[in-house]
Amino acid sequence: MGLKNIISDWFGGSPASIQQLPAGSVTVDRQGTVITSTVSSAYPQKVLHAIGNDVLEIFHEARAAHMPLAEITLRFGSLRLTARELRGGAIIFFYPQTALMPDPSRL
Amino acid sequence: MLESHGCRRRLAGAGTGFKMEKRTKILLLDDDTDWLTFCRELLASSLPSKPEVLTANTARRALTLLETEEIRLLICDLKMPRIDGLQMLTIVRRRFPELSTVVLSGMEDEEFRSRSYALGVDLFWLKSEMQRNGKLFYECLESLLGRETGIGFRGIQSKGLMDIIQMECLSRSSTVLRITHGPSVAKVWLQDGELMDAELDGARGEIAFLRLLAWKGGTFENLPAEPAHPRTIMKPVNALLLESAQSLDENQNPSGPDAIEAQSHRKTIWKLAQLTREGADFVISVPTEGQGEPEGIGTQNITQLAHFTKRANEIARRLGERVEAGPLLHFSAQSSERQALLLSRGDRAFLVGWPSDAEGNLPEKSRKLVASWD
Repeated sequence: MGLKNIISDWFGGSPASIQQLPAGSVTVDRQGTVITSTVSSAYPQKVLHAIGNDVLEIFHEARAAHMPLAEITLRFGSLRLTARELRGGAIIFFYPQTALMPDPSRL
Repeated sequence: MLESHGCRRRLAGAGTGFKMEKRTKILLLDDDTDWLTFCRELLASSLPSKPEVLTANTARRALTLLETEEIRLLICDLKMPRIDGLQMLTIVRRRFPELSTVVLSGMEDEEFRSRSYALGVDLFWLKSEMQRNGKLFYECLESLLGRETGIGFRGIQSKGLMDIIQMECLSRSSTVLRITHGPSVAKVWLQDGELMDAELDGARGEIAFLRLLAWKGGTFENLPAEPAHPRTIMKPVNALLLESAQSLDENQNPSGPDAIEAQSHRKTIWKLAQLTREGADFVISVPTEGQGEPEGIGTQNITQLAHFTKRANEIARRLGERVEAGPLLHFSAQSSERQALLLSRGDRAFLVGWPSDAEGNLPEKSRKLVASWD
């Protein structure tokens, strides 16, 4: 066992990974490709792409249920996400809801 | 009897149920190292159960400790750089659902208090109050640790509402019980162990009390007694408790097809009345897991909307997990014709449709509608 492993075990194994919340906006086309983004480049692009696909899927499911939607807002414990439908694509806004960044809609 | 002071106690269904063979561990998280040292010494010397107090000045360090140590209680500051308290609590709630959490903050803002409770913290306490009113704070912590040594009703955390009311009556208490169940709030007035009055959703007296007893879980607190409050309930409390138990039993085990049909009819009437009263267009209810039957009222398009509700709920939750943003509180949607709210309760997801010009706090109104759906 190497010194690094010993130290790592001594201090309680591998550190927990923490992902920062996205802040800003992204635009995705109808295929889910990210066209523009103001989210920090440090944020994983793969996750942004997956979020875009999730949002498009919700709009698609709504159309299939004969309830086409213009806008959706998902409110999580620490993030508000608003997405507007844009000709098959979408513009998605991320608002982290933290003590340091209060919800702008409540200011 | 413990007083409330923001310390919310859970009713049955949210019991603690942990074992206490070893010395319990508390983790303190704050970016102020001087405060950490002060607090660690204070808690280690003041708490009767003498827990081991660990400290962390970053969320990352705290998460590592939570993963490696058997920690019973996390005491967390809110304002911290990089990962702040609310983010930390969101992560903790998902990764360590059994962990009791306390917010100890210097920010005297009701919004942070309510947001913390919305994230499921057990107690929100101000740092200034901790110094001024330390004894009560330690009692609350001991209660959360499950090591309260004095005589009391610590076991109340795993009792149902009927048991709590019976205990209050047997001990001839004078108090006002304020009981919260989702968005609904009820009050029960007791004077010298006698049941005086109950209030729930605008209803008073026996009707409110019997409906209240059907609640299976929630939180409650004791408010000061109101001896001048008028008495509306004349029946003995035991008679009402028995009546309620019989009624609940009949509802759960209806006998014969006529009884089942009558019960189903009563439910439909109740749901329609609720829908009309709140001004909603429709409600769809689907099980979040498995293949249970969807239910709907106020629309012909039940099957398709039920499918949308289930899928949208799944996608939204998946999305929340992807970004580690904590639990999905609600999901609102707008079209040119209407607004819709998607939210969960228990093992079902609900879609509540509202006219496009509906006003007021729709998430709150939808929650209330869904809370009274059974």
